[in-house]
Amino acid sequence: MEWTFSPDRPIYLQIVEQIKLKIISGEYPPGYRIESVRDLAEDAGVNPNTMQRAFSELEREGLVFTQRTSGRFITEDVNKIKELKDSMAIELISEFFKKMQEMGYSEAEILEFIESIVKE
Amino acid sequence: MSAILECRNLTKKFGSKTALLDANLSIERGRIVGLLGPNGSGKTTLIKLANGLLTPTFGEILINGMTPGVETKKAVSYLPDQNYLPDWMKVEDIITFFSDFYDNFSSRKAYDMLSRLNIDKESRLKTLSKGTKEKVQLILVMSREADLYLLDEPIGGVDPAARDYILNTIISNYNENATVLISTHLIADVEKVLDDIIFINNGSIILTDTVDNIRENKGQSVDSLFREVFKC
Repeated sequence: MEWTFSPDRPIYLQIVEQIKLKIISGEYPPGYRIESVRDLAEDAGVNPNTMQRAFSELEREGLVFTQRTSGRFITEDVNKIKELKDSMAIELISEFFKKMQEMGYSEAEILEFIESIVKE
Repeated sequence: MSAILECRNLTKKFGSKTALLDANLSIERGRIVGLLGPNGSGKTTLIKLANGLLTPTFGEILINGMTPGVETKKAVSYLPDQNYLPDWMKVEDIITFFSDFYDNFSSRKAYDMLSRLNIDKESRLKTLSKGTKEKVQLILVMSREADLYLLDEPIGGVDPAARDYILNTIISNYNENATVLISTHLIADVEKVLDDIIFINNGSIILTDTVDNIRENKGQSVDSLFREVFKC
């Protein structure tokens, strides 16, 4: 598995984001059993405490749950995953609109652009 | 739980030169801590004080609540910044030597790591390169079940690929109740594995914080903060 970290933000937050991406892309399907924190930490070359913190965050958000004896799993709640996917899409699109508007395009122009690109 | 390492007003002078001045520090269990500072800032002095190789001029340093001595040496696994192993010995001799010497040394762990790094246990130390000798020393240190690992410049002399392996060795071998203190100036390489950092300069501790806090509050890596703080 490939992990990349940028230097300006806490690593645990970047791990949270990268795991969320795996969840919504289906690489980690609902109910998938995740490797141990220690193995993942070794794989990513980070401190196990950092990996643990990332999973505590994902657990808090209800995307991951722990079963005391058998390990840690991705949520089986497909609605929850859909919600996550949608909210990430909205975030991405708002970001895109904001940047386009900074470049001086109006909303109508942006939509026109998108349509013409999709047609190609 | 009590701190694994504590310094109170710790001061060390060599004649008129002050190597460490009024250091106050408390390091918790289960952490990987970077002791970061430029050359001559007092990193090695602090580590030697923790090992009882030096005695404080003033103040105190406590390991598990005790002053450094026979008891604390059982709990501390120390990697010095220089090679001290006898050159004529074979790698396997040294492993036997260490397992005689330390109750908490695991030969199995040591042989495991040697084979992963393709180091022949039959080789005599004098035939090994500088980097390979450093790897052997680190393997010896990490093969002990200690409470506190004091690693003085563990990655200074080895190539980047071995550096990654060594850092992985540190991550995968330490247990949740043990603390690893790594002194280095190669910050970019170790940053990913650290929980906390201690910045030390001219014998004074100028900053202690968690890596997450630094990134969150300052929006920069520890490496770039270091470059800013210690700008020449």
